[in-house]
Amino acid sequence: MVQRVVTGNRLADGVVIYLGQDGGWTSKIDAARVAADEGEAKLLEDIAKAAEKARMVVGPYLIEVTDADGAVTPVRYRERLRAYGPSVHPEFGRADVPDHLRMGSEAEFVHLNGVAG
Amino acid sequence: MYRYDEFDHAMVKDRVEQFRGQIARRMAGDLSEEQFRPLRLQNGLYLQLHAYMLRVAIPYGQLNAVQMRKLAHIARTYDKGYGHFTTRQNIQYNWPKLSQVADILDELASVEMHAIQTSGNCIRNVTADQYAGVTVDEVEDPRIYAEIIRQWSTFHPEFTFLPRKFKIAVSGAVGADRAAVRFHDIGLFIVRDDAGEVGFEVWVGGGLGRTPMIGKKIRGFVAKADLLAYLEAILRVYNVLGRRDNMYKARVKILVHETGTEEFTRLVEAEFADTRGGALDLPAEEIERIAAYFQPPAYEALSDDPPALTARRFEDKDFNNWVRVNVARHKVGGYAIANISLKPVGVPPGDMSADKMDAVADIAETFSLGGIRVTHEQNLVLPDVRQDRLYDLWLALRDQGLADANLDHIGDIICCPGLDYCSLANARSIPVSERISQRFADLDRQYDIGELRLKISGCINACGHHHVGHIGILGVDRKDQEYYQITLGGAPGEDAAIGTKVGAAFSAAEIVDAVETVVNTYLAIRQPKERFIDTYRRVGDAPFKESLYDKAA
Repeated sequence: MVQRVVTGNRLADGVVIYLGQDGGWTSKIDAARVAADEGEAKLLEDIAKAAEKARMVVGPYLIEVTDADGAVTPVRYRERLRAYGPSVHPEFGRADVPDHLRMGSEAEFVHLNGVAG
Repeated sequence: MYRYDEFDHAMVKDRVEQFRGQIARRMAGDLSEEQFRPLRLQNGLYLQLHAYMLRVAIPYGQLNAVQMRKLAHIARTYDKGYGHFTTRQNIQYNWPKLSQVADILDELASVEMHAIQTSGNCIRNVTADQYAGVTVDEVEDPRIYAEIIRQWSTFHPEFTFLPRKFKIAVSGAVGADRAAVRFHDIGLFIVRDDAGEVGFEVWVGGGLGRTPMIGKKIRGFVAKADLLAYLEAILRVYNVLGRRDNMYKARVKILVHETGTEEFTRLVEAEFADTRGGALDLPAEEIERIAAYFQPPAYEALSDDPPALTARRFEDKDFNNWVRVNVARHKVGGYAIANISLKPVGVPPGDMSADKMDAVADIAETFSLGGIRVTHEQNLVLPDVRQDRLYDLWLALRDQGLADANLDHIGDIICCPGLDYCSLANARSIPVSERISQRFADLDRQYDIGELRLKISGCINACGHHHVGHIGILGVDRKDQEYYQITLGGAPGEDAAIGTKVGAAFSAAEIVDAVETVVNTYLAIRQPKERFIDTYRRVGDAPFKESLYDKAA
């Protein structure tokens, strides 16, 4: 079964955000509300469109994820990079990116397949 | 350098306030994203993967120390403490907040900078040879004409909604092309005709992207007085006939290709016959007025190769390598052009921290009469350094981690932001460039390999100029995996060429090994004094294909 969440960029600063379990928007994908069927996905889309009108989010859309033990992970690598990236400049990047997802260095390259593939 | 007059100041300030109002209306909900998007793009503001991105124009790549400090201040105050120098001699900030963009533009306006003409389907910020005005091999300083073209093109009402973006580059150098002039919508070479008069050789329809083309020379000589009339004629033909039905076929290169160079030239000449000698005539006094801003500084009377320099080069191998690789001959005796590589090992090409920007501003004031240039290769140039102070300059740069002596070598990679930042990208490019620079970190190995232009793009739009890399790498998406195609044999300069795809793409895990295989193949078959590109041109791609793909061999 395809599971989906809604994502977009926050109007004020462009940060990647997800429609959360509580109806608010969060930058943490693990806190996103996961739709397990078409009906729920449609509901999330409608909420997102309203949020777009309310100037919270820009260009919201549905993405496919897997949801296992509270870890929500995008299926496609582009979305994984949106969720956890950028994969360069760890000194400037998001504080909540797990170390093993960083991949700027050849020495750390052994981990790259886990993210990109 | 050019200084704003009251009209420039008023125009830029008005524009900032206009955009401030547009941002406020967007944030208040009076403008939808659809309505706001073209407005923000006209002010250099993109919405990328993780944040907004503001692209700031650096006309013909020229900065002074005060401007560089302002760029540092903006990076520190409004962004995450760094900026990214681009292949169009601009700087991009990757993390500005929408609510602060007008304040950033206000700060820029205070040092005569802006973000106009850095996006949208207009005539973009004009680029030029980074050695303009200081190189020995120059007919005339291209900055004068780049500035004139800037003034003509900014807010040109007829060319604000072209079929697609339009890029112009100018070079005055003889025999060298450091600005990839033949890969621009219009490329201008300043030339001297048989009678000794100085004018312009005009190339049209060059470009990279999904349909790479080398420009076509449509005129060997345009007189200075006719420059704007001729440019206007080209733009008019393009504006009327360029395709608007398909954005992938909308650039002038496609029009030139589909119309044929001869017919396109005929159309331009017909239009030129109407435009020349009118309001667009460029009077000699106006050229002189602009040229006055680019007068050479007061150089001291010095000799080349002073004993102090020679002795230091003899004593210190690292310094000698830096001089040999990163320093170019200046047109004035006793001076030098020093390149600052922004390609340290394992760092995103072109990225620079605010602290380093400040340091370069100080260094430029101490050692280079305050001048700084940005190159399309994502490096910086100090154009006016006394040769007898090169050693002290090198020490100062080394203290800042800015003395990498890898110019035009494999470590000096051009690289687009790729999927780490860019919403158009298909694959990441920066991590690949970081890994290649780590693999080839040993400078002695780089020197043994010799000149090698390696360029990486994360998608077919080719911002990383992969088509013109001796080795080019293009990131692609294969069934939701990052893959990388290798092209060989491209060249950006006077020997312009478009690289050829060598074969099937490599995975992210394989690509660095593949590059090393290509390099090792070259090393094994090169003849004395052959650069990589020379060997490739002699033997073609067969040996490289064999070593890359023929596992049984």
